[in-house]
Amino acid sequence: MHWTDYLPALLEGAWVTVQLTVYSTILGSILAFVAGIGKLSPNSLLRGIAVVYIEVFRGTSLLVQLFWLYFALPIVGQVLGIDLRIPPVVAGVLALGLNIGAYGAEIVRGAIQSVHHDQHEAARALNFTPRQTLLNVTIPQAVPEMMPSFGNLAVQNLKDTALVSLISLGDMTFRAEQLRNFTQDSTTIYSMLLLMYFGMALVLTAMMRGLEHRVGRWRRAGV
Amino acid sequence: MLFGIEWDTSGPLVFAISILPILLLGMWVTIQATVLGFAVALVLGLIWAILKGAPSRLISWPAMLFTEFLRDTPLIVQLFFLYYVLPEFGIILPAFLTGALALGLQYSAYTSEVYRAGLEAISREQREAARALNLTTIRTFTHVIIPQAVPRIVPAMGNYLVSIMKDVPVLSVVTVLEMLNVGRIIGDRTFNYLIPLSMVGGLYLIMTLVASAGLRLLDNWLPKQGIPLK
Amino acid sequence: MTDTIIKFDKVVKRFGDVTVLNELDFTVKRGEKVSIIGPSGSGKSTVLRILMTLEGIEGGVVTVDGEPLWHEGADMTPASEAHLRKMRAQLGMVFQSFNLFPHMTVLRNITEAPVKVLGLNRVAAKARAEELLDLVGLADQAAKYPHQLSGGQQQRVGIARALAMRPNILLFDEPTSALDPELVGEVLTVIGKLAEEHDLTMLLVTHEMRFAREISDRVLFFDQGRICEEGTPEDLFTAPVEDRTREFLGSILKES
Repeated sequence: MHWTDYLPALLEGAWVTVQLTVYSTILGSILAFVAGIGKLSPNSLLRGIAVVYIEVFRGTSLLVQLFWLYFALPIVGQVLGIDLRIPPVVAGVLALGLNIGAYGAEIVRGAIQSVHHDQHEAARALNFTPRQTLLNVTIPQAVPEMMPSFGNLAVQNLKDTALVSLISLGDMTFRAEQLRNFTQDSTTIYSMLLLMYFGMALVLTAMMRGLEHRVGRWRRAGV
Repeated sequence: MLFGIEWDTSGPLVFAISILPILLLGMWVTIQATVLGFAVALVLGLIWAILKGAPSRLISWPAMLFTEFLRDTPLIVQLFFLYYVLPEFGIILPAFLTGALALGLQYSAYTSEVYRAGLEAISREQREAARALNLTTIRTFTHVIIPQAVPRIVPAMGNYLVSIMKDVPVLSVVTVLEMLNVGRIIGDRTFNYLIPLSMVGGLYLIMTLVASAGLRLLDNWLPKQGIPLK
Repeated sequence: MTDTIIKFDKVVKRFGDVTVLNELDFTVKRGEKVSIIGPSGSGKSTVLRILMTLEGIEGGVVTVDGEPLWHEGADMTPASEAHLRKMRAQLGMVFQSFNLFPHMTVLRNITEAPVKVLGLNRVAAKARAEELLDLVGLADQAAKYPHQLSGGQQQRVGIARALAMRPNILLFDEPTSALDPELVGEVLTVIGKLAEEHDLTMLLVTHEMRFAREISDRVLFFDQGRICEEGTPEDLFTAPVEDRTREFLGSILKES
């Protein structure tokens, strides 16, 4: 078969890959902020939950987390008497999101802590509430610090989506495996697959760099 | 049974205890794959770093493109590629070695960056001072640059070691009997995934904590200014 | 309305094992301009930071305009955040390292707190900010970002930012110590103008002796956490009573 014959299936898979990447990155970003800020909270319960979440999801393999959610969680449900079976796409987005959320949380925490203590004093002197300080003073200064690392994390997430093929989710890698099983044309198919991932990664990197640029505009004003 | 060991499904705790030795055998495979993959990553990474630093752009640019390519494509796809494509070119490796090679290849892209950053950090002044003192290039490297570069490089490399360990489960797709694969097989056969997979998760957490603690000890032991020459 | 606006009554402040302020007593009258001088580590900045509620106290009572600052209620329980916020509204601070918000323009730096904290609408806040920028001589810099300004300009913005909240008491924590010598003058001019034209109560911690002498109603010499000597500028600078004061002034003069 000619390589162009593989394109339709691979492109369908590519669309699934893109959607997975987008949804899990959004989920991951939200979790990153919640857990990153939570880890700095004066409330020890919030802090504890954040620490446990971050340590567990950073300390175990993504594939372990994915399999656990897809295979083990339903059994917890059986024991509790509720149906906790989740469709592959939910397990995929959930595992990916939880995973990069944990790594992202450390980035968020580091960036927030890098904002100079003086800024908080100035805000306090002006009578900002702690929440106002966090939203108007700390986070706007922390975000440009986070961007380069977030860029790396986004590409890592894209690569990680390939693992969902192992729970039979029809992403690019899954479609490639199917094609290979059918045609045995490993070299062409996998070369195409690698190139497609490479292309997506480059596009994603460019997008993240653009975002980084926008978010750091005030740093470069007048320069 | 697996690895010649039977399990006992009469009760949850008994089950857990009976599969522990099996999981630990899987852990041993995981550890071996990690170490071998890391070794490959260290060697290949150094080669890419040297190529990337070559004065001729004919060498450095393809090297940079290749490492970027390795870095931006998923490990599992690289693994499939090696597993299915190499035999078509007459290279047949056992699954374990293919897996370690894939791990090493993927991470060599990262280690090459660590080498470059570590070497570049040794300021140019050091190299110029060495030249002024008429040290040969090799002597400069072994007595001035490397002793200072190593303490800088070790922490980053250590982190990648831990990352490699967490990526080993991907090797299960080419039937390598590492810990997650073992857990999943037990689950397939007993229909009880919860206990094996939870134990695998717990064991992974322990491995990560031990490895991180070990790295911190190593980091403290290494002198910050450079390894002293006796 | 009593005449005393600030009162420190046997105030104790410790940092770990070190006692920085040991039963400190002093008062400041409404509208007074007081300079605080002394060697580093003598507790001068700590006094300002306690007033600005950036640091708490381990003993004694701080009273601002008749009400305890770090305590509340008839039984003097430690102050809640709500009480601190209420009290803080009367004070403003100008920091040694300016502490402007780098991600906001000069104008926004000045309007942000009035809008977000005082609930002023943006138009009124902008008008107030422009008036203040005029006062400090930076009317044309409103759209710039802090990193585009010199240290002296940034500090003047800092003064405007503090004034925008209309405090009754303005605290200056070594406002010119972080500036290059050429830029010190422009900031002192603004502070001097403020001292002359407004009946703000001002507490100024500074090493600029000549300036302190010019604008102050009273000077406090701090040493090792207590007021070693206090008096009018003329008295303290020309005829200090305590040896330690003489020693300190002597060493300062030797430098300049």
